[in-house]
Order: sequence, then C-alpha cells, then structure tokens
Amino acid sequence: MREKRTDAVVIGGGSAGLAAASRIAAAGYSVTVLERENELGGILNQCIHNGFGLQRFKEDLSGPEYAERFIDSVGKQDNVEVLLETTALEVSPGAVHTVYGYSRQGGVSRIDARAIVLAMGCRERNRGNIGIPGTRPSGVFTAGLAQRLINIDGYIPGRRAVILGSGDIGLIMARRCTWVGMEVLAVIEIQSYPSGLTRNIVQCLNDFGIPLYLSHTVSAIHGKDRVSGVTVTPLEEDRSMGAKSFDLDCDTILLSVGLIPDNELSRKFGVRLNPETGGAFVDAGLMSSIPGVFACGNVLHVHDLVDYVSEESERCASFVIQYLKGEYHRQHHPVTAGANVKYVIPNKYLPDTTNRFYLRSLIVKNKAELVVTLDGEPMKRKKLSHVQPSEMVSFSLDAVSPRTSEPGEKRLEVSIV
Amino acid sequence: MKNEVYDVAIVGAGVVGAAIARKLSSYACSTVVLEKEWDVSFGVSKTNSGIVHGGFHYPTSLLKGRLEVAGTIMFDRLQQELHFPFQRCGILVVAFTVEEMKTVERMYRQGVENRIIGLELCNRERIHTLEPKLNADVVGGLHAPSGGVIEPYRFVFSLIESARKNGVELQTRFKVIKAQDEDDYFVIHAEDGRRLQARYLINAAGLYADEVSAACEAERFHITPRKGQEFLLDRNAAGLPGKVIFPVPASNSKGILVIPTPEGTCMVGPTAVEQEDKEDLSTTRDNFERIFHSARRLIPKISERDIITAFAGLRPALEGGDFYIAVSEKQPRLIQVAGIQSPGLTAAPAIAEHVKDLLKIAGLVLTERADYDPLIPEVPRIRRLSPYEADTLLQKEPAYGEIVCRCESVSEAEIVAAIRRGHTTMDSIKFYTRAQMGRCQGGFCSYKIMKILQRETGMSIEEITKRGGKSRLITDRVGDLTVQTPTPPAQDQSGQESGK
Repeated sequence: MREKRTDAVVIGGGSAGLAAASRIAAAGYSVTVLERENELGGILNQCIHNGFGLQRFKEDLSGPEYAERFIDSVGKQDNVEVLLETTALEVSPGAVHTVYGYSRQGGVSRIDARAIVLAMGCRERNRGNIGIPGTRPSGVFTAGLAQRLINIDGYIPGRRAVILGSGDIGLIMARRCTWVGMEVLAVIEIQSYPSGLTRNIVQCLNDFGIPLYLSHTVSAIHGKDRVSGVTVTPLEEDRSMGAKSFDLDCDTILLSVGLIPDNELSRKFGVRLNPETGGAFVDAGLMSSIPGVFACGNVLHVHDLVDYVSEESERCASFVIQYLKGEYHRQHHPVTAGANVKYVIPNKYLPDTTNRFYLRSLIVKNKAELVVTLDGEPMKRKKLSHVQPSEMVSFSLDAVSPRTSEPGEKRLEVSIV
Repeated sequence: MKNEVYDVAIVGAGVVGAAIARKLSSYACSTVVLEKEWDVSFGVSKTNSGIVHGGFHYPTSLLKGRLEVAGTIMFDRLQQELHFPFQRCGILVVAFTVEEMKTVERMYRQGVENRIIGLELCNRERIHTLEPKLNADVVGGLHAPSGGVIEPYRFVFSLIESARKNGVELQTRFKVIKAQDEDDYFVIHAEDGRRLQARYLINAAGLYADEVSAACEAERFHITPRKGQEFLLDRNAAGLPGKVIFPVPASNSKGILVIPTPEGTCMVGPTAVEQEDKEDLSTTRDNFERIFHSARRLIPKISERDIITAFAGLRPALEGGDFYIAVSEKQPRLIQVAGIQSPGLTAAPAIAEHVKDLLKIAGLVLTERADYDPLIPEVPRIRRLSPYEADTLLQKEPAYGEIVCRCESVSEAEIVAAIRRGHTTMDSIKFYTRAQMGRCQGGFCSYKIMKILQRETGMSIEEITKRGGKSRLITDRVGDLTVQTPTPPAQDQSGQESGK
C-alpha cells in the first residue's frame, strides 16, 4: 500500500475542492486532492452553458471555462498533488486523519493528514425520493444525468420529454433538449412560483414556446418497457385535483426536483449532520463536529451559484490554514434559524471578527426584511427586495463585540419578516 | 439450436425453476431452462421480500408447511456453496394486545410442532431487549432466531450459475406458447418460433403457470396475481431494525413488515391486493400512507424521508392457498409446480428435492454425477474488504480499484463479472452488483455502466436496455435529430446570470 503524509487532504476536485486546495497550497502547506473522475472540474464540466463567474470574475463564462481558472491555479502550485480516478472509500478519523483512496493505477493509497476538507458536492433527488407512483419503465432520468449524456457523451435519452421541476437545471435542460432535436412538451412545477431564475424562464422556456405548468405535478408514470406518458394533476390549495388531470404522451421524463449534499464519507468520519441542510453542522470556521474535518461547497449546503461555492471554499481554506498553524479560534457562539428561515450556515459565529452567513427562506415574500438578534436584542436589519426558498440569501455581520466580552454564550438568531 | 431431445425442460427461471435446475445438474440428465424474460429472476422472484421464514406460520399438514420447514435448514450449506447474501438475523412477531398474544402463542405451538429449533415466546422486556427500536406499546411476541433475510435475485443468479456450470442450458426470451406431446417427448414452441424437444417438462412458470399448463393441454387452473408494494429505505435510516419484524398476521397475508436486507438497507411492505393483470406492476399513492402507518406502528422511527425507491411485485396465488406440486394427471411427463407464493423462496430448495422425486416417480432415471461440482467461485465485493485486503486484491486485479457506483461502493471488476455471467441489462447488473440500487439510483453510475457494457459486449448504446424488450435508455446520438426552429425569441431580458 502506498502511504503518504500531507498537511491537508481535499476530497473532491470540483469547484469547492479546487478553490480550497489552491488557497491552502498558496499558504505553503502540502495538499492532496482526491478526484474520482479522470479530470478536475466536477459537475462544471458538463455545464456548457454560460452565466458562470459574473459575480467573481465579472465575466460571462461557461462551466468548463470557470473550472479552468481554478484548475490552472491549482496546477501552478507544486505543493498540490492531484490524484485523479481515485475514490476516497474508507477513512479513519483521529488526531491525524487517514483517508484511503482507491484507484486502478495506484491500488489503495493511505494518506494521513491533519486537516480534511470535505468537498464532495451533491447528488440529485430522484423518482424514489419524491415517490411518483406508476410503472417503472426506462426513460426516467434526473436532469443532471441527461445533461451529462447529451453534453459529454453525445447521447440523446429520448424524443419527447416532460420535465418535472422548474429548477435551473431543469430549465437549462429544456433548452438543451430542444437544441439537440428533442421535443419538450412541458415543464411541470409543484409550487405556485418557478424555482428557477426569471432569466432562465424567459431564455429557456418562453423563447422556445415550452409551457410551464405551475401548481401542477406528475401524479403517475405510464409505460411498461419505456415511458409512454405521464398524468399531470393540478393542485389547488395544496390539494390535488384528480378530476382535472390530463395525460401527456412522452417517452422521457427529466427530474429537476432538488439536490442533496452527498455526505457518505462525512458519515464515515463521524461528522454530525444537520437534517435541514443535509450537510455537516459547522462552526464559524466551517469545521465540523470532528476537529480538523472541514466542509465547503454543495456538500455543506446546496448553493445557487458556483461563485458562492468558490467564495465559501476559499474562506474555508483560510480557516484550515489557521488550524494547521495551530491558531484556530475555538470561542464560537451559536447561530440559530429564527422565524421563516430554513437554515443558516455556519451554525456558529466568532464574536470579534466579520462573519459571513448563508441562509434559505421558508417563505416567498416581496419587500422582506432580514432581522438578526443577539440573545433577543436586535443587532441588524437588512431589507431584501424578494425572498423565496429557492434563492439563497447571504450577508455579513461585523464584530459583535463589545457586548460579547461578557462571559457566557450569546445566541445569534436570524429571521425573515 | 440442438436437435437432441433434452431429458428435462424447466419452464421459468425464477427461484423455483432455478433451484430445480441446480438440483438436476447433479444428475446425469440433460436439462434446459426456458425463461420468457431477458434474464433470470425477472418475474416474481425479483420483487420477493427476501425472507427465509422461521417455519412457524403453517402446519405440516399443508405441503407448503412441510416444504418450508425442510427448505429453511438448507440455506446455510447453499450459501457456503453459492455465496449469495444471506443472514439468519432472526424474526420477531410482535403483539400489541393480550388477544394478539394468544395468536402468537398459537404460532409458537405451531413452530414447536414443526420441530423448529430455538423458538421462544417473549415478554415485554425480552422482546424490547431483542429489538430496542420496537414501539413501546408492544407487549410481547415470538422470536424465531433461525429466520433470516436473503437477496432473492442473487440467490437465483447463483443457482443458475451453478446449474450452468454443471451443464444445464439456459434460453432466455423463450416464451412457451405450446408444448405438443409426441408420446415420448414434448415439442416446445416459443413465441419467436424457436422450438426444442424434451422428454419431461416442469411447469415452474410462476404467474403464467396456468397458461403454460393450458399450452400443454394439462390441468386447467387459475393463477390470480396478488400485488405487493414495498418501499426500500436508505441504509442510514434511523428505523432500521436488526431483525425482521412481523405484526400479528391478517387473514390473507402476513401484514406489513419491516425487513432489514442482508446488504444493510431496509424494506417496508408488502401490501396484498388481488388483480387480474399479470403485467401491471405499477405503484400507487393510496397504499403509501397505509404502509407507513402500519410500519411505524411496529417501529416508530421508520420515516418516509428515508425512501430510496418503491416497487411492486405480484404473487402467483392459486385457489386453496397451498402449493400445487404434482405429476400432471393429464400429461404423465409434466410436473406442475404452481401457486408458489409465500413461503416459496424458503421452500425452494426443498421444492427442488420434491420435484426430483416426482420426476423419478414419473419414470425419469436419475443417476448422480461423479463430476458434479457444487461450488461456484466467489466474486469479491470491494465494499466487504478492508483497505489492506482491497490493496492486495488490486495488485492482482486493478479493475477493483475503479469505483463505478459510489453509493454502494461497486467496482468495475464487479460490473464485468456480472456481464461475463450473461447479465447484460441494466437491471441485471443492478441486481448482481448493487450498482444503481443505492440512494442516487443510478444518477452517477449508469453512464459508466453503459460504457463498460458496450466495451465488454460490443452492444451499441441504442441496444442497451433497462430490462430487455423496448426498455432502451438512449434513443439517438447528438446530431441525429432534426432540430425544430424555435418560435421567435421574446424580448431579451438579460442582465441576470443564468448559470447555476
């Protein structure tokens, strides 16, 4: 067995892992990146549409172009070792953590490191997760798998598609499918509002005459061998109106019904997981319940924009560096989700520095307001023009002191009103 | 196609047909298995709940009771020879009232009468010690430590592999439409025109046993499909029990159970709904609420949030409820093996012995083969090895280092092993390896499996199917289809990012 020691192991060579690895290495520490595919970049490689990097680079890039910038940055640093086609399958936590990477070329490699960065990304929710009744034919794909088949492998999964879910991947795929000659009959959305950005509704549906059915759902899948159609049922006040159902003849169903952080390996480390996000509970330094194990990107919580993933992962890296230096600040205070908030990340804050938070709303509202309280005392208010569950909200909070110089825990609560 | 006359043709490659085939492979007799689907175990057996029963449900006055008791003890040796996932994790029947406890006591006496070893009646404390996740309202129950769980399709795959290793032939996509009696042998016609000859015929056609019997001009009977819907839960589910949990049974089925699988996941179900259609495997939402309500009554921590997938299977129910295993009275060289519903999987090895005896009675001379080899090679599974064991294996077989399925930790070498054993549909590979069976349901691995399938078999991408027939996954290549001109673009409302 190959054995090596390194300062930090980054698990996953997608947008999160690349940003973290590059930043840690720049501080002079040795980093090993484990990537199971044969190239770096993660899911960005199949996102050949544009719109990436507007926040970070003020440029309109495709997914692979965005990834390339980080791949180049990692490539320039000789203290980063990238192990491609290597899957981290087993781990053993400790004062020094061990990761076992499996690959065809190298057998099993044992890598010991003081710091671990979990950057495995997320997976798509599938038919089983949302429980669509009916038969179980071929022709039911998650939108991301269809995207991969078309954009990377050059395979078309069917000819007449219905897309369930109006998240951005679903919308992008409606356009992509049309461009390769498939007929997209409809996009079905269970909520009364679209999950994706307005811009994508316009550019991916309206421009192609693809109807969007809001407050509708697919209530049954038909077909013995291959999908032959779906039953679409409208919802009125959350009740399904069976009598108003109609059928669409299609041979393909694409599901764009949400993403789930992929935390299998985190579980093997013994990391405590948050049921609201599906990711780890993390302190203000994005460190999990296991000392030295950090998490960033979509494995921590699902982001809307890759630009935010990069930003969060670089911040994570700066805390990893503190940890490796032995200067990691442990005086963290709790952060909780208040009214109308699904979750706030991170789950702790540092009183004497600037903290950055990401949160998701539980409600849809125009002219909302973000309210932060400290032990019940108002701290900060921020106007938000529009909130909805599918759009992440981020904000920064300057040093909370001097009040926190008093002894004892001070609880920060974030609400949307 | 051979011109020779086979000694025996077995119609149906479910667990019953496979067990019979393997039994006959130990004798000097030529056997062919005929399966209408694209792979073995694709009918009733693939959706079996996978319980090796404890031998206390039925009296031995019933054939199924006798064969269950005889079958259940045969699994340990079979596992040693055939390496399918099987664990004697134990079975609990749990009672909520004093009245239910009386039924449990009857089951206990039944089991003792059937000479089942280790059965115990449990008081409240004992049963909660055995399974701490039970509902606190459970007042007691029955513990059958010899009961267990098995991967039914893996069992069938292993039986067929072993049978084939010893000379049994398999013809898939062979749907028997007629078996003509030519005095000494049957001429068996397939729907696609194939034809072969066999002296003895075994009707192990599951749901279609009535139709096959009619095709042989033998007894008329009616198989009624009884649908059972089940849910598969993630291995991380908080409600996952250590033992199979039964409620006190209802009249026509054993009720909604919670079943840990030998691969560490968990199943909840099945329902029991009679229908006429033998092909309708659709799931419904109505059952959903009821199944989970019933399951949570047993184990409160069972949650819908842990569902990976739902599926339905059909039991081949026959009037009277007992197995129908006999030499046909109309066709003396036809053995009927029909109505094999629960506990058919448990009974299958004993059914095979019984059918072998019936063949002898019907006149077939069976001589044991000196060169019979009961063992098949065990295919290593990377998920079962420690990193050090894995490294040793990888040095010899590097393809074990290529992890194809991340959810269930399945390597390329295991996919190739499935393909080389003839499992060339996506579902076959799923059942053999578990790839696509985990929480992402193939989202990350199916395109990799398609690539390996093409490389190993020479199939084109359009030929790859989920389970044969018209269930292909890819219809065209990029560039093949004529692109429709979109309706004129609306006003551009740019200014926001589209990239996500």
